[in-house]
Amino acid sequence: MSLPPGDAPAVALRGVSISFAVDGGGAYDAVARTDLSVAPGEFVAIVGPTGCGKSTLLNVAAGLLRPSTGGTEILGARLEGLNARAGYLFQQDALMPWKTALDNVAVALEPQGVARAEALDRARAWLARVGLEAFAARYPHMLSGGQRKRVALAQVLIRDPAILLMDEPFGPLDAQTRQIMGNLLLDLWARDRKAVMFVTHDLEEAIALSDRVVVMSAGPAASIVDDFRVDLARPRDIAEIRTEPAFHEIHRAIWAKLRGEVRKAYALGEGRAS
Amino acid sequence: MNRLVLLALRIAVALVLLAAWHVLTTVPIGGRKLLDPFFFSTPLDVLARVWKDFAGGGIWRHLGITLLETVLAFTIGSVGGIVFGFVFARGELVAAVFDPYIKAANALPRVVLAPIFALWFGLGIWSKVALGFTLVFFIVFFNVYQGVREVSPTILANARMLGMNERQLLRHVYWPAALTWMFSSLHTAVGFALVGAVVGEYLGSAAGLGYKIHEAESVFDVTGVFAGMLILAVFVIVIDSVVTAIEKRLLVWRPGQASTTAQG
Repeated sequence: MSLPPGDAPAVALRGVSISFAVDGGGAYDAVARTDLSVAPGEFVAIVGPTGCGKSTLLNVAAGLLRPSTGGTEILGARLEGLNARAGYLFQQDALMPWKTALDNVAVALEPQGVARAEALDRARAWLARVGLEAFAARYPHMLSGGQRKRVALAQVLIRDPAILLMDEPFGPLDAQTRQIMGNLLLDLWARDRKAVMFVTHDLEEAIALSDRVVVMSAGPAASIVDDFRVDLARPRDIAEIRTEPAFHEIHRAIWAKLRGEVRKAYALGEGRAS
Repeated sequence: MNRLVLLALRIAVALVLLAAWHVLTTVPIGGRKLLDPFFFSTPLDVLARVWKDFAGGGIWRHLGITLLETVLAFTIGSVGGIVFGFVFARGELVAAVFDPYIKAANALPRVVLAPIFALWFGLGIWSKVALGFTLVFFIVFFNVYQGVREVSPTILANARMLGMNERQLLRHVYWPAALTWMFSSLHTAVGFALVGAVVGEYLGSAAGLGYKIHEAESVFDVTGVFAGMLILAVFVIVIDSVVTAIEKRLLVWRPGQASTTAQG
């Protein structure tokens, strides 16, 4: 980890374990003694087999979930309650269906006490930035999946959070829309380089987007088993970067590690099913 | 199906029924009328009576009173249902403690309360409003309760992550979510408000549509009863279409509600 001296990490998970109570007594250890540090301006992707607790880890960083042991530090301060410095992009639709695209984005400024007129102006500017100025008056159900994600992205970014937490945000989208959204995300991120924690099950997406790829082991008691640096030049184009030899090298190295965990997860799943 | 065809079919059903009613009560078949007009009246007599009621102008007072009772019962019942729905949905303990009482009160047939309300609130409009209230309140209450409880956890988590406090959550998340559920029950609630008003009038009052019908029944004036029922039916349809119009306006965001204008 190369941190500038005296500069606290944007997110630091220290010795985080999470167990859930199971029906009929006992506990399920989802994540065990995990450390993860994300530097300011760093884009970190978290990959791992399905159900390994990637999202759980993200929810701890967001303050939505309290770890059973260990703690979280955000920009050097211990996290209590919700993480006010972070914006969270959810996998599922999280827009308020009863508000138009414009209102969904503008309402994100209300907690900061921004006046309504100004909030609407800034929301319009953000909708334009994600390419949706013509769709401001539409309700979420009138938008496509990709358009809804754009609105959600604008809603999160208009607050200018120091940290961006993303939980498989492009998971439900088709392949082409994912590429477009990936490029849009990189484009927006390049303007002010927020610290990003990006959870995905798609290794190619992880490499194409991030500075670092963190591999989680199969659950239960999952933890981080490896950490790869992605030294590919920026700015990147998600679609084109996949054809570069350096991309393939990194992909091979990470997949060699990830494959084992995915197999373990499947073996466990089969065992559980029978 | 084509709208005009549908409308034509609907009118055809009414015409066939009215024609059958007319023939059976006025045309002698095999030497005698199959239905005695004293017990069944005739469609033309009923229409003539409705015409006379409106021409005389006396009916407006009765309609106005029934409408007033309906609106009051609906408004007070809805406000009560919304407030209690929110309190119960947000307060686990309150909900758990009062659960059996709410269920018991809701299971009670409301008609048995009508005489009590007449005793408490007199024979004026308020005993009818009270009866309508007991019907409307529970429908709205259960729907708001459900609506607040079943807000999507993702939308809620997202709103919290956006930094919303309790008041903002209430305004931007819980309230609109509850409103959807409330509107899904609005037609039922308005109907029940009217039932409360008419049943209350029927059981003891000096004015209103229920009173008119009761008055006609007590002198075996079948034509008057049917005329009252016809006016009541049209009244219900008018109120229901007003509710539909309000619903369409307020729930424009809901999938299916505005689908004709949605995809440009």
